[in-house]
Amino acid sequence: MKKEWPLWEIFIRSKSGLNHKHVGSLHAADAEMALENARDLYTRRNEGVSIWVVESKHITASDPDDSDPLFEPARDKVYRHPTFYTVPDEVSHM
Amino acid sequence: MTSLNFEAIFQSKIDDEVKIEPKDWMPDAYRKTLIRQISQHAHSEIVGMLPEGNWITRAPSLRRKLILLAKVQDEAGHGLYLYSAAETLGADRDDLVQQLLTGKAKYSSIFNYPTLNWADIGAIGWLVDGAAITNQVMLTRTSYGPYARAMVRICKEESFHQRQGYELMMAMAFGSPEQKAMAQDSLNRWWWPALMMFGPHDSDSPHSDQALKWKIKRKSNDELRQNFVDVTVPQAEYLGLTVPDPDLRWNEERGHYDFGKINWDEFWSVVKGNGPCNRQRIQARTKAYEDGAWVREAAMAHAEKKEQRKMQPEAASKAA
Repeated sequence: MKKEWPLWEIFIRSKSGLNHKHVGSLHAADAEMALENARDLYTRRNEGVSIWVVESKHITASDPDDSDPLFEPARDKVYRHPTFYTVPDEVSHM
Repeated sequence: MTSLNFEAIFQSKIDDEVKIEPKDWMPDAYRKTLIRQISQHAHSEIVGMLPEGNWITRAPSLRRKLILLAKVQDEAGHGLYLYSAAETLGADRDDLVQQLLTGKAKYSSIFNYPTLNWADIGAIGWLVDGAAITNQVMLTRTSYGPYARAMVRICKEESFHQRQGYELMMAMAFGSPEQKAMAQDSLNRWWWPALMMFGPHDSDSPHSDQALKWKIKRKSNDELRQNFVDVTVPQAEYLGLTVPDPDLRWNEERGHYDFGKINWDEFWSVVKGNGPCNRQRIQARTKAYEDGAWVREAAMAHAEKKEQRKMQPEAASKAA
């Protein structure tokens, strides 16, 4: 009954005030071991102050082939950007 | 859309320097080439721990021992970054390990040479990691995102490896006459294998063109080798050591060093498994894998039991 340790995705907060960011993955028997292994693998040089581990199978990703219809609705809404509006130079603080 | 269209879109992304990410469409041959290259690279990091590990218990000072331990631990880390990059392409970790153990997958031939004297630890950091960095700096810009990102991490850490190696060589080369002789002996043995790390000449490297077109590689084997020679020769001169190549000389016209013929018979013989330490390396990896089997199984069984207890706390407490 050979069973491989599952794969975990690792997210590290590099310092307080910043988001956790995906750094890679590793194998571990459970979440606790995934945290310990992530400490040894991804923070050997003070790269982090906090670690999240998520078993890879729990991540749902968007399909790159659908990215056009998925992101298209945002593309024609230029009025959502401040540069869409003209404000005279003499008006400041805006 | 036909697969021809997919292929055209893929190539235009590569040409426009858009990285390819795991779920993007890619030609099967691109995926296969990457799995082969990344896993070989990972195996090289793991096997590369062995020649250096040989000296951990015999490091001449606590400082050198700490440095060597940290370096060998980094190599393990590099192997793991790379295995996980290969897994994003659908490779299975255990399959990859089996391919190493059965000899189906190769690793860098340099690690089939023995570490005979303490200066070898310096020479490995300086020359072997130096050659690896030349290749890896190029790979930080490779077209496959997860591989490129792993390479960025690795290059940051390799810089320490190379510098500690050169510092060790300085200690030996500027030490007693005996120490200097050890340093020279070590350079004599590692120089040519380090040049072989870049692989066959471009004229004998059939996969190179496709790898360049896909931007897996961005420089040819010979270009990288020349870069390495050009930066390394002055470093050897500073140490007062002699590079073991009578044909080595600066070519003013080319703006590069000319160097002698590489012994490709030796290279192919080591690749085919007949280097000084091939069998020993695979035996060591196999032993580690087999000795660790019960730990992997026990950890999995323990994790499953904990999970069950969490699901049914009452049943578990009654059973206890």
